[in-house]
Amino acid sequence: MGRLVRLLVMLGVIAAGAGWWLSGPNRLDALPAEAAGHQPDIDNGRLMFFAGGCASCHAAPDSDDKLALTGGVRLESPFGAFVGPNISPHRQDGIGGWSQLDFLNAMLRGVSPDGSHYYPAFPYTSYQRMRVADLLDLKAFLDTLAPVAGVAPDHEVGFPFNIRRGLGLWKRLYLDGEPFMADPAASDQVNRGAYLSEGPGHCGECHTPRDAIGGLDRSNWLAGAPNPEGKGIIPNITPHAQGLADWSEGDIAYALESGFTPDYDSLGGTMGKVISNTAQLPPEDRAAIAAYLKSLPALPDAYEAAKP
Amino acid sequence: MIRQTTIALVATVCSLSLTVASANDDPIATRKAMMKNVGASIGVMGKMAKGEMAFDAIQANLAMRAINNAAIGFVHLFPEGSESGGETEAAPKIWEDMAGFIAKSRDMEEVTAEAIAFPAGSLDEMREQLGKLGATCKACHEGYRIKKS
Repeated sequence: MGRLVRLLVMLGVIAAGAGWWLSGPNRLDALPAEAAGHQPDIDNGRLMFFAGGCASCHAAPDSDDKLALTGGVRLESPFGAFVGPNISPHRQDGIGGWSQLDFLNAMLRGVSPDGSHYYPAFPYTSYQRMRVADLLDLKAFLDTLAPVAGVAPDHEVGFPFNIRRGLGLWKRLYLDGEPFMADPAASDQVNRGAYLSEGPGHCGECHTPRDAIGGLDRSNWLAGAPNPEGKGIIPNITPHAQGLADWSEGDIAYALESGFTPDYDSLGGTMGKVISNTAQLPPEDRAAIAAYLKSLPALPDAYEAAKP
Repeated sequence: MIRQTTIALVATVCSLSLTVASANDDPIATRKAMMKNVGASIGVMGKMAKGEMAFDAIQANLAMRAINNAAIGFVHLFPEGSESGGETEAAPKIWEDMAGFIAKSRDMEEVTAEAIAFPAGSLDEMREQLGKLGATCKACHEGYRIKKS
């Protein structure tokens, strides 16, 4: 009996140790080779800022200045409420003290400078696909913005999700660390659209359904989902009859510019903020996103199936 | 003559009261119909903006007037009791924050009133007006509408 208890305790310790080891941060220790000698291109950084929709969560809610990145936007989810933090270049309250490596670790690995995990409400599962050069340009652009003081409120997340260390296990499942892979069979335009949509644009974070522990169900890529913030749905944007089959590439590009659907209904909900960002992109990038969406496999709506 | 006028008058009053009655009976159907008309009006300008239709200053201005008409008093179509039913996409936030909702509606009213006062003389000017108008649609639909399909 005593031996069994000892064995169980030992197994428990091993499991806990393994769990601790598996849940640790997976940091980049040094800048990747692509970063060497890179001259930041601030205009491209600005493009990445709008492609990435940074202001949607990091500009103060209801502020007209989308470049004052004080944070404070609440994102309600089944796991709790997440609040976008200050990412202005303020040295204490924002990310002004960050090195390039700190920034890459946040965007590619979802790890903070002090080594703790970020919640995936910060969509690093998409940002991990971004090119190092684009990320360094984005950081250079962020560095040009005004530092603003102020710390956003804490996330309101209950047990067990308030134990950040546990996110390390989640990341083992859903953060593969793979860069964007261009499809050699697709056109340059479609690949550009795929990069913008899958990487910075993080379209899949809302338009793809999630499983019970919040991982994306990639078999239903962009086929729509229940609204993660509770009410209504996020539509299917594959070229299926239940999705965008009736939309031309021009219709999609125009919607991303103006917010108007082909019926001249206006896009709302969180897509409203997305349009504010995509409206700032060069026309050829909106066209590329449209070409990519029309190139996707047509899938029926995923949100009925995904409803609990 | 008097008789005919009276009949016409009675008919008009009846049809007016009919219209009013249906609006009172069903604010959800009324506001949905108004939004459809707004969409159709925006469509005229959208087609011009996209180059699917030649720019026509008079049509563009008329479209702005139609939209302005819908904006005026639109908020009164959301009385207590019209929060649900009729496949409404109105968000509960309208009733939780009526002041905010009214402010958004006023923005739309102001943008269209300005476009009526200073009619677009060129496609570029119309595009600019349409952009401002679209921003007011979006601003309200972001928080006060829930897409259901």
